[in-house]
Amino acid sequence: MPNLIAKSALFGRAPLTLGGTTLAEAQLGPITSVAVFPGKLAKVKKALGGFPAPNTVAGKLIWTGPEQVFVLGDAPNLAGLAAVTDQSGGWAALRLSGPHAADALMRLYPLDLRAAHFPKDTCARAPLGHMQSILIAEEAGFLILIFRSMARTAWHEIETALQALTARAAAI
Amino acid sequence: MRIAGKGLIDRTKPVTFTFDGKTYSGFQGDTLASALMANGVRLVGRSFKYHRPRGILTAGPEEPNAMVEVLDGGSQSPNTRATVQEIYDGMAAQSQNRWPSLRYDLLSINDLAAPFLSAGFYYKTFMWPRAFWEALYEPIIRRAAGLGRLKRQIETASYEKAFAFCDLLVIGSGPAGLMAALTAARAGADVILAEQDSLMGGRLLSDGGTLGAPWVEATLTELRALPNVRLMPRTTVVGAYDQGTYAALERVGLHRPAAPHLPRECFWRIVAGQAILATGALERPIAFENNDRPGIMLASAALSYLNRFGVVPGQKVTLFANNDNARHAARQLMAAGVQVAAILDSRADASAVEDCPVYLGAAVTDTKGRHGLTQISGTHAGGDFKIDTDCLLMSGGWNPLVNIACHQNARPTWREDIAAFVPQAGMVPGLHAAGSANGAFSTHAALREGADAAVMALDAMGRSAKAPDLPQAEDAPYRLQHLWAVPAKGRAWLDFANDVTVKDVKLAAQEGYTSVEHMKRYTTQGMAPDQGKNSNVSALAVLADATGRGIAETGTTTFRAPFTPVSIGAMGAGGQGAGFAPQRFMTSDQASRDRGAPMIEAGLWYRPSYFPKPGETTWRQSCDREVLMVRSSVGVADVSTLGKIDIQGPDAARFLDFVYTNTFSTLPVGRVRYGLMLREDGFVLDDGTTARLGENHYLMTTTTAAAGQVMRHLDFVHQAYCPTWQVRFISVTESWAQFAVAGPLAKMLLNALLDERIEDFPFMTHAEVSVEGVKARLFRISFSGEEGYEIAVPTAYGEALFRDLLAKAETLGGGAYGMEALNVMRIEKGFITHAEIHGRITAFDIGMAKMVASKKDCIGKAASQRPGLHGPEREQLVGLRPVTKTEIGAGAHLFNPADKVERVNDQGYVTSVCWSPVFESYLGLAFLKDGRARHGQRVRLVDHMRKTDVLCEVTDPVFLDPEGAKLRA
Repeated sequence: MPNLIAKSALFGRAPLTLGGTTLAEAQLGPITSVAVFPGKLAKVKKALGGFPAPNTVAGKLIWTGPEQVFVLGDAPNLAGLAAVTDQSGGWAALRLSGPHAADALMRLYPLDLRAAHFPKDTCARAPLGHMQSILIAEEAGFLILIFRSMARTAWHEIETALQALTARAAAI
Repeated sequence: MRIAGKGLIDRTKPVTFTFDGKTYSGFQGDTLASALMANGVRLVGRSFKYHRPRGILTAGPEEPNAMVEVLDGGSQSPNTRATVQEIYDGMAAQSQNRWPSLRYDLLSINDLAAPFLSAGFYYKTFMWPRAFWEALYEPIIRRAAGLGRLKRQIETASYEKAFAFCDLLVIGSGPAGLMAALTAARAGADVILAEQDSLMGGRLLSDGGTLGAPWVEATLTELRALPNVRLMPRTTVVGAYDQGTYAALERVGLHRPAAPHLPRECFWRIVAGQAILATGALERPIAFENNDRPGIMLASAALSYLNRFGVVPGQKVTLFANNDNARHAARQLMAAGVQVAAILDSRADASAVEDCPVYLGAAVTDTKGRHGLTQISGTHAGGDFKIDTDCLLMSGGWNPLVNIACHQNARPTWREDIAAFVPQAGMVPGLHAAGSANGAFSTHAALREGADAAVMALDAMGRSAKAPDLPQAEDAPYRLQHLWAVPAKGRAWLDFANDVTVKDVKLAAQEGYTSVEHMKRYTTQGMAPDQGKNSNVSALAVLADATGRGIAETGTTTFRAPFTPVSIGAMGAGGQGAGFAPQRFMTSDQASRDRGAPMIEAGLWYRPSYFPKPGETTWRQSCDREVLMVRSSVGVADVSTLGKIDIQGPDAARFLDFVYTNTFSTLPVGRVRYGLMLREDGFVLDDGTTARLGENHYLMTTTTAAAGQVMRHLDFVHQAYCPTWQVRFISVTESWAQFAVAGPLAKMLLNALLDERIEDFPFMTHAEVSVEGVKARLFRISFSGEEGYEIAVPTAYGEALFRDLLAKAETLGGGAYGMEALNVMRIEKGFITHAEIHGRITAFDIGMAKMVASKKDCIGKAASQRPGLHGPEREQLVGLRPVTKTEIGAGAHLFNPADKVERVNDQGYVTSVCWSPVFESYLGLAFLKDGRARHGQRVRLVDHMRKTDVLCEVTDPVFLDPEGAKLRA
């Protein structure tokens, strides 16, 4: 048992709800990067039980680049097949859900995030403002993975977008 | 004067506002211009150059005269067009470019001096003496000329930026735009309908035709109910960019009192599959003598004020026009009970049948009324006339608003029959012009073209659409006679906004500025906030006449984005203050701040500068103590910001040999090696240590400054030169929190926390360890010259480990050290940072030529061996120690003591300096010509900025422990 206290990027920060839309830090547990070595995709696919198509999520597997996935959880033994790297602490996860979610993120991402164009289980490596991120469409909203050191800025940017949207709604 | 029963204003909602300190009232739905007009205010501004009294010319965003400053809470928005600004309770506006008041403006003296102030006057007059231009003439001229003022304070209001996507973007909501939107929306396409006005409907709301507000409302109701349609009122499309991207500016909060978090404006980037240009047309003025007095306006503007706002611009109106269309204004004003004194038609063969006197072959040649029109005079077929009138409407025909179609540098074509420029197909790929914007001026034609354009646009996207049945609408032919300017002795204004007259344009032609672009620059015509919307075509027609060319041949100037002014605040939304760039915080951030450490920015990171103890009043006291602390006991510093790249694969070793100058394939597992990386041009890119974690597994570290650059470099090398190699890498900078533990007691401190004590842990080795039950990586490396370790734990544990390390370090007489101490210690040890490897430095320059392995190739090796990149002529890294205890600074230059301090004698420059508490001296690192051969010699250090001039001894760059005994202890 570790005697050191583990803290998430935004430890202690309460969820924020504005205009019925909620921003909260999510705890994803271990994140493992699997980058397939050339020619080994079929074997990796078998070992992982699948491999998502570009810009999609399949269960616990998030596409993050050509022949690269993030596994939410620990990866099986892929020695000789893929580079397996622990990414757990490196990413902060933010979850945004509610009626303003897509509109708020379309102030920060240059992407069409309307449900019909970015449906559930779509993902993209895209910039949130000036920060690189991994954006995932979920059932009720979005999951955003952002470099842990930038979590506060990401929170602030999304909060600002929500504040503006809420103020717009109140001004009609 | 208000007209009962007219207008789309809400008369149940009165609104109170002030203009130049005086309180007025209007109604919800009024613009500032319509409300002022309803209150009988005619004089609203002063002109740019001559400070001529000016009124309201138009009813739209093209307004050149009625520009005001709007004061809103902390903001002051200059050059706000009164014809666009909606009034709201408590709004305060003031006129601009006048002193002391709008009515009595002392600078109107310029108007009397007008004969001397023609175009080019300033260029010709203020040429000598040369130095006076910037120091004296220009500031005075700038004060006299000019429009609104900025508050000269940091903008604190909120703005917004946003992205939107659609199949079809419809720009403008007049008959063409509405019909296009309806056609596409019914076909199921994603439609965005953008309209600059607060209400959708365009001219249907203002021209008083048979197809009016009821049809508009019915159409909008249908559109609103469709989930695939987005209506964006108060949104002006301002630019057309590549791949169907359009920029638009939305007025979000400008029409209402400021509210917390409510953006003033939103800058949109809209990506559209196809787009329809339905921006309509602008009526153009006619140039005649003194055509700029308050009370002289466009005929269509008067129609707008009557039908949209229920207000008329005068009691006794006259109309001067060259076309049939303009007569609607006179007829509708008469129907509303306003006296029309006369219709003055320039055409000799036009109809004379109206309910008021009609003069054919007429021309207005002069006007009277200083602060507002009182009388006009002129000639007509039957003789001369003088008419008392307080409002003269003018119409010189219509200019399609082609601007956006021209934003990718294609030019519009001239159509002689309508005397106007129209867009050609394909000027902006995927953009289709329809309606008046395309030169189809009747309402019926606009409806038809709108529907057709939508069908065509959808067809281009592989979708079919059916044009809806068109409603009944006016389809009168458009007849006009060319009339740009009435011959005048005095000044006949073309560009109201920039005070450019017919004479100025003729003068330009006379002086050889015959190209339309040269005329523009010589006269400044078209350069004001309206960007020539009211004057470009007329001005180039006058130029064509003066140069004996046709209008088509003369051509237009370049149309550039933005179509209407865009506040910088909107484009930079979110970028104020700390919003400029992301902030990166280490896990130790709070712990450092708790100890009072001032944070400094290192790239995007915030790192502690030093950790002040009670009684320490300067940074130097803290820094000196921290240096001596590390050198005598133990110090802890967060070094998590250094880039960390995890590299794996059977070809990992080969890959490192390729990107590093030195060899990593020979590095045993469990060892660490210092590596140097070159750019392809042979100059140093970065340095750092790389550990071999396993046979096919390495961990590379980079400097904080170049972490992103190195990652990009590795990606490029891999993808471009060796994509088939069995190697993969990923950044783990954020996955590990890493702390330097340095000093003679470093091992003791670590052993107090490690689950298994370390005993023999040689320099440049590493191991997997466990600290307080957490897996960790321990490296024996040193950037301070002391016995040093770096311990890395998964980031979540970073803060806890940092605090625990500090607590135990303090027990040992040690503690935290910051960037200042870190910097001093690395200078004492002669270690380089990007202050040294700044991009113009070779491995030879820093004494590392031997690190470029001879037995293998690497990126940059060949280029680094080019002539001129090594040898005595190069400036080489040396240490400097002032002969006296004088402060020295980085950036100073070096000279031979016997030489004159002149550029040609420059011997090198200083890159880093510090006060060394160990040596009790200032120390410097510098690049000195043939420096390695000059150890022991003296150079003169001259710092022109800090005014220092010191003799220094040249030394080896390693001041402390050159044998590395402490390091390896």
